[in-house]
Amino acid sequence: MATLSHADMKPDLHGSDENLNVVPLRHYGRWIAAAAAIAALVGLVGSLAKNDNLHWNVVGDYLFAGLIFDGLATTLWLTAAAMALGLGLGTVIAVMRLSSSPILYGMSSLFVWAFRGTPLLVQIIFWGYAAALYSQIKIGVPFTGITFISWDTNSVLTPAVAALLALGLNEAAYTSEIVRAGIQSVDPGQAEAAHSLGMRPALTARRIVLPQAMRVIIPPMGNETINMLKMTALVSVIGAHDLMSNIQEVYAQNYQVIPMLVVASLWYLALVSLLSIPQAWLERRYGRGSARSQNIPVIQRMLGTTSTTLARRTKKEAGR
Amino acid sequence: MTTPMVQAKGVTKNYGKLEVLKGIDLTVERGQVCCLLGPSGSGKSTFLRCINHLEGIDGGTLTVDGDLVGYRRHGQKLHELREPEIAQRRRDIGMVFQRFNLFPHMTALQNVIEAPVNVAGIPRVQATQEAHRLLEQVGLADRADHYPAQLSGGQQQRVAIARALAMKPKLMLFDEPTSALDPELVGDVLDVMRNLAAEGMTMVVVTHEIGFAREVADTAVFMDEGVVVEAGDPRHVLVEPEQDRTRAFLSAVL
Ligand SMILES: Nc1ncnc2c1ncn2[C@@H]1O[C@H](COP(=O)(O)OP(=O)(O)OP(=O)(O)O)[C@@H](O)[C@H]1O
Ligand SMILES: [Mg+2]
Repeated sequence: MATLSHADMKPDLHGSDENLNVVPLRHYGRWIAAAAAIAALVGLVGSLAKNDNLHWNVVGDYLFAGLIFDGLATTLWLTAAAMALGLGLGTVIAVMRLSSSPILYGMSSLFVWAFRGTPLLVQIIFWGYAAALYSQIKIGVPFTGITFISWDTNSVLTPAVAALLALGLNEAAYTSEIVRAGIQSVDPGQAEAAHSLGMRPALTARRIVLPQAMRVIIPPMGNETINMLKMTALVSVIGAHDLMSNIQEVYAQNYQVIPMLVVASLWYLALVSLLSIPQAWLERRYGRGSARSQNIPVIQRMLGTTSTTLARRTKKEAGR
Repeated sequence: MTTPMVQAKGVTKNYGKLEVLKGIDLTVERGQVCCLLGPSGSGKSTFLRCINHLEGIDGGTLTVDGDLVGYRRHGQKLHELREPEIAQRRRDIGMVFQRFNLFPHMTALQNVIEAPVNVAGIPRVQATQEAHRLLEQVGLADRADHYPAQLSGGQQQRVAIARALAMKPKLMLFDEPTSALDPELVGDVLDVMRNLAAEGMTMVVVTHEIGFAREVADTAVFMDEGVVVEAGDPRHVLVEPEQDRTRAFLSAVL
């Protein structure tokens, strides 16, 4: 460094007469656009706040009502359970689709075709009214009349279970494609290297391929989760007592449709915002070792002072 | 006479209609270094990958240390082994790839201890000590906590060699280990391989480094279009070859 003599290169901090400061590129356009956007936003919020037709008192009354919290709890567990079902089943289907067995490939393709090809709303209603199709669920030998156990469909397929099945199976069809793309994004040389070390296929998948596939899988799965949170609102058509079902129940009685929708929107917004925290954490966790994985905070991007380096980032991580 | 480390007899391999290996005969004795040379597409990589059953063979026999690779013999038939059994046999055969294939989500140290801990079941503390020793042996003692993306190509390849050595293999396969490297980084990797050979490791090396082959190899094998054209002492094969094809290749490479 001490031998650098060109003034236009990185300045030598220890040099005396060449003590130059680097001025990062200033983005004046960004500041002007930001100011205009903020002005417009303030105007919009102001007009909404002063609009009497919105009945902010109704919003306030119901925002923390017990009925709303009950709905929230249902929405949350339904989202979590449907995503778990979707991710678990979706991974199995992805592996089936990548398998060399034509039967596994055919079955998984059929599944994806059916559940991606019909509207989710139709699937929800279908599961909700499946009892009309089969009044009993039986386990036995087909076409012989021999039955080991049987259940009454309506007692098993409650609205909550129907909602979970509809959302989870539909999600599995989409997730399987995301997981498949993730697995295929990993260089085949990685699996070969693992095999050459004596690692079995299952160990190779768990330790080598899936962790690398995660980098590609997580961002779209974050999207899917956010989508799922909002799509649970659809299960109000079979009365599964999620947030949206309960909101509808209220405005069916008090006719305050818009204020109740504001309550719903505020809660959905809050939950979606919270979801970005685990997503960012997961992305960092699985981005280890990749030069592209550094996240530059938006304020730093505005100021144009981006100097994070991979070396610094990972030194921090290695210290944990 | 001891069993040879690698013995191939009439090994054939097809990709669909394409005949890639057309009857390879080759013997590598214990402690010897065998260099495979030949033009692009001649089947060198394919043959090397058959030795640890990354590819199956379609005919002939291939043994490593007396054991059939990837198959069990029943009378006159060869039955392909199950994955866990194949994995078991691969433990003893280290492989180094042209494009390193380090695990990018693990540090150099984690790359090296991965198989000893999760395959061989060696306690992590002991595996870590051994890994530090191996990294020192390849000249990278101070790079243990670096991720592959933070290492130069030559450093990555030396980590890859340390990773393969960590399973204490009895045979090492190298597939053009220096072809993806900048010229000034080739020397470090070849030095590591030279030391390994001097310690008595049995090695099969696909390479275009004629100088290295002349100096280190016990046998040089020249392949073309899926057959062994010429094999023997590198001072003959690589200096005054008998076959025209070998001569043409050497004059093109040198
Ligand atoms: N998976 C595969 N499917 C079909 N053909 C293949 C496959 N792998 C290799 N081949 C073909 O087999 C032949 C031999 O390939 P191989 O990689 O063994 O050559 P090589 O001698 O290692 O060449 P190079 O010096 O370029 O690495 C080539 O014609 C190649 O196209
Ligand atoms: Mg090759």
